[in-house]
Amino acid sequence: MSANLINLLIEATLQTLYMVAISGAIGTLFGLPIGVYLAVSQRGELLSSPWVNKVLGLIVNATRSVPFIILVVAIIPFTRLIAGTSIGTSAAIVPLTIAAVPFIARLVENAIREVDSGLIEAARAMGATPLQIIRKVLIPEALPGITLGLTLALVSLIGYSAMVGAVGGEGLGDLGIRYGYQRFMPEVMLAVVVILIVLVQLVQSLGEGLARLVDKRAPRNRGR
Amino acid sequence: MADVETSGAAITFDKLGKSFEKKGSGQVMALEDVNLDVAPGTITGIIGRSGAGKSTLLRMVNGLEQPTSGTVTVAGHDVGRAGAAELRRIRRDVGMIFQHFNLLSSRTVYGNVALPLEIAGVPGAEIKRRVNDLIGRVGLEQFSNRYPAELSGGQKQRVGIARALATQPKVLLSDEATSALDPETTQTVLKLLADINRDLGLTILLITHEMAVVRDIASHVAVIDGGKIVEAGSTYEVFAAPQHPTTRSFLSGITGITLPSFIAGKLQAERPQGDSQEVIRITFAGQHATDPMLAKLTSELGIPVNILAGAIEEIGPHPFGNLLVSVEATRGAEARAYLERHELLTEVLGYVG
Ligand SMILES: Nc1ncnc2c1ncn2[C@@H]1O[C@H](COP(=O)(O)OP(=O)(O)OP(=O)(O)O)[C@@H](O)[C@H]1O
Ligand SMILES: [Mg+2]
Repeated sequence: MSANLINLLIEATLQTLYMVAISGAIGTLFGLPIGVYLAVSQRGELLSSPWVNKVLGLIVNATRSVPFIILVVAIIPFTRLIAGTSIGTSAAIVPLTIAAVPFIARLVENAIREVDSGLIEAARAMGATPLQIIRKVLIPEALPGITLGLTLALVSLIGYSAMVGAVGGEGLGDLGIRYGYQRFMPEVMLAVVVILIVLVQLVQSLGEGLARLVDKRAPRNRGR
Repeated sequence: MADVETSGAAITFDKLGKSFEKKGSGQVMALEDVNLDVAPGTITGIIGRSGAGKSTLLRMVNGLEQPTSGTVTVAGHDVGRAGAAELRRIRRDVGMIFQHFNLLSSRTVYGNVALPLEIAGVPGAEIKRRVNDLIGRVGLEQFSNRYPAELSGGQKQRVGIARALATQPKVLLSDEATSALDPETTQTVLKLLADINRDLGLTILLITHEMAVVRDIASHVAVIDGGKIVEAGSTYEVFAAPQHPTTRSFLSGITGITLPSFIAGKLQAERPQGDSQEVIRITFAGQHATDPMLAKLTSELGIPVNILAGAIEEIGPHPFGNLLVSVEATRGAEARAYLERHELLTEVLGYVG
């Protein structure tokens, strides 16, 4: 493989990482509070407001039902509004983020709902406000689950990011299609696939390690 | 905050009622016309069967549940009518411990005890001082940096107790706090509660379905059955002269005496034809507990008595005993009347042919 190709691969990897990191970060910034709110606004919960919950849930579901490749094309006007352009790596971050937010929201919601209701009761009995319960009980207790959820979201984003070549986004997926498929260079395709596998493996191991670190539910010396 | 401690009670339940909406099929009456005064500094046990309404009653003391009728007053505050902010203040004066401890798995022992203080906005230095103090009081100095998953059940409940005491409450609520513990650990936790009650003058309201817990630490007891308080009073009085069948059945469970199986198997509710023996439970209380009443029964009336089982224990300073005996069925009524005259409680358990 030529030095030129290797440079292309490095560049594409960085572009992929850039897209995944930014969309993952912004996705978490919005997805986390939405997820928490979805969990605590259910009927009978801390900030019970079933109607808002239902509407928000519908929006989240609707966004998640749209296949990613269609979402990318469908929101092109919105992408142009945000990024100033509808093509390129930075523009690709917009649909990636839009896809990440509801996904992360649902994962966070599930993690929060796993928290033992007895803990909420104990905090209420201490005189905690709903906000204090969210900050000091729900989020810390759900942290292992949230960490695993975010890991899953990042892995999915790596996959999604391979599709944004369709709108001029760059990165590994785009490189694989243009060189590996269109110019028929199977070695490039292979390199792309290997890099993607390594990336996913890294994110997964890192996420699981982090989740284990924050999980105090089992004895520390487990397995020894 | 109006502090009107007119009645002098720490907690007053007044004509308290609570019903729950049942999905589809109307309402469940969980509590009905509950009236009870809990005197400050006492340990009051609330005992009842599963579903009797114990937890519901307790949860109304700190407003986790709202009454549908009547009032709960804690240190002069009407809990049911308190607004959100006032309710939070009341809750800082009412600690609570739970059957399953409800400790945060993400926080160490120290962090768990500190939580109510963080919530109350206590400054950091003060939190540190108080938490270390509390951890010492419950004997967990060495475990300060452990996580709940690394503790035994008894240790977890100690953390729960320290946490409940953090905001220096006047009242402590305990919902089956020892039900998940083995008998030995139960004793140490009960002892800790009794010490706290004595040292801090805390009013403790505790729920249990074990009479033994009531016997061991409660000065007062209320028996709840089907959402109503069917009997209440000092533990000794209730133990010595239980009125309600529910109380009696709870009591028979703890005296530690049961009929020998060879008799229990033959016991009949109706008196059979011909020769038979009447099996009687005698409850001894007060000074008579130590009198040789059975010997007198034989010497004065000439009724021979077979002793089947028995035990004498103490409730606070009072001796308290239970005996299972049998006498000739034809003379049963006579024997019971004699014993009742001497302030012993009798109950016919059945007959054996
Ligand atoms: N949130 C609720 N919604 C509907 N019904 C309820 C609710 N909480 C309690 N109940 C009902 O109220 C009654 C009393 O329940 P409660 O939990 O107070 O009983 P308990 O005496 O504490 O029983 P246990 O010993 O099993 O804990 C039960 O019939 C129960 O089904
Ligand atoms: Mg209960």
